Amino acid sequence: MSEALVFASPFSLLFDPLSHEFMRRALMVSALVGGVCGLLSCYMTLKGWALMGDAVSHSVMPGVVIAYALGIPFSIGAFVFGVGSVALIGFVKQKSRVKEDTVIGLVFTGFFALGLVLVSKIKSNIDLMHILFGSPLGISQSDVNQTLIISLIVVIILLLFRRDLMLYCFDATHARSIGINTSLLHYLLLSVLSLSAVVGLQTVGIILVVAMLITPGATAYLLTDRFDRMTLLAICSSAISSIVGVYVSYWFDIETGGSIVLVQTIIFLIAFMFAPKYGILKSKSSIPF
Amino acid sequence: METVIEKDKRIDFFRIEADQVCVDYNGTVALYDASLKLKPGCICGLVGMNGAGKSTFFKALMGFVRPSRGKIRINQTMVPHAQRDQAVAYVPQNEGIDCSFPVSVWDVVMMGRYGSMNFLRVPRESDRRAVWHALERVELLDLRKRPIGALSGGQRKRAFLARAIAQRASVLLLDEPFSGVDVRTEKLMAELFLQFRQENRTILISTHDLSHVRDFCDLVVLINKTVLAYGETSEVFTPENLTMTFGGMPPDLLSGPTGSSEFK
Repeated sequence: MSEALVFASPFSLLFDPLSHEFMRRALMVSALVGGVCGLLSCYMTLKGWALMGDAVSHSVMPGVVIAYALGIPFSIGAFVFGVGSVALIGFVKQKSRVKEDTVIGLVFTGFFALGLVLVSKIKSNIDLMHILFGSPLGISQSDVNQTLIISLIVVIILLLFRRDLMLYCFDATHARSIGINTSLLHYLLLSVLSLSAVVGLQTVGIILVVAMLITPGATAYLLTDRFDRMTLLAICSSAISSIVGVYVSYWFDIETGGSIVLVQTIIFLIAFMFAPKYGILKSKSSIPF
Repeated sequence: METVIEKDKRIDFFRIEADQVCVDYNGTVALYDASLKLKPGCICGLVGMNGAGKSTFFKALMGFVRPSRGKIRINQTMVPHAQRDQAVAYVPQNEGIDCSFPVSVWDVVMMGRYGSMNFLRVPRESDRRAVWHALERVELLDLRKRPIGALSGGQRKRAFLARAIAQRASVLLLDEPFSGVDVRTEKLMAELFLQFRQENRTILISTHDLSHVRDFCDLVVLINKTVLAYGETSEVFTPENLTMTFGGMPPDLLSGPTGSSEFK
């Protein structure tokens, strides 16, 4: 593909891929997943839940494998294990003197290892590489449907509880003192995280899904001081990264999940350097000598 | 509104009523036998060392911890009911807040109205007016569009005070309100506290700063795992009481059923 690049016109570079059914599907799913994960990533970065996102996304692995083996939608298995890992983290933390980050690391690696063992033992047509690294170019129609439904659920929950979740991230004490049920919000956010991990692993796979859940939020955080603007920026940067990532992966014949996350990281680096208020170039020049 | 005022006038109406409250965390006693009654329209200092149970007492008043014994009433009602009534507002210490959070001063004060809004928290005209008015009272109207992180420590304190005003809380719990505060804010807070007293609100100020308590508070509560003394500030601030509060407790209080675990 890369030799052809030199001769192709920009127009055909953009529109030729769209003649393939699999590319249209990949672009649509990736953009949708990017948008959904981008929205959630605002809450993850503001709440400081990056490690939790990593934990949940790795923990869904055995759920996916078991669901495939039983022939049920993989999202159900993933959701059960995602929520289960969070419950287990909470339980171990409460009942032992081990510190939280240790418990999180311990639980998710345990679940992930279980997933790997199950894949090697259960003989089926599961492709380990697809789970680990995602395969938006080879996504099936039934997976597309699942992704649509889950994305819709996530977006509805996040929109309905937008203000409450923002308050919960900013000042949980105040939220609680005015009678808002903060433990409900806590578990709601964790459930949404599990669901998003499920849709995210479709495009970038289990290992990189945490990037979808934090990088867009971190980028947007550098660009604005308004919460609503931050969510919009995160959604846009994430969806655009996904689209660009899929195209790049098609043009250069490289791994899709990796290329999506790499585009996200590059956008973050650009914001890190050039953000009007919080970029490093800006802060350097504003220090008076 | 009128019924509230009527109720407030009753001789036996208390804003805060704690009766022999005990709180323990997994067997460690944080608060023991704490009793306290505060009328509408008073400013009360809650004085004690770090770890004396000030924050535990606040948590109990806000309903975050359930007393293992004793009862708490806010405005003669149970704590969850008082929460739904928006009766209690907590004004946090500056350290307890994530200052880089992307919200404006206006947004923060608006959070005081969330409890009275509908499920989607869509502000009505009355909410906007309440926020505007609250910002006016703390003299932050000009800075309402600033991000909360761009304010100074004193301005931030005023923003959270405005949130409590917007909430229309009748009980205000303030955590170390005088730490890291500029002269202007301190003066403004003194005026506001007097206005709050006029408006029949009750203010409980948690602090270990004795000089401010002398200047600001009508009443003072000395605590060290329990209420050691409470009453008029001039009467309670005796050398003996202060030694008990900051130095240790007399032997008879230590010999209680839970006394031994208190000083590990």
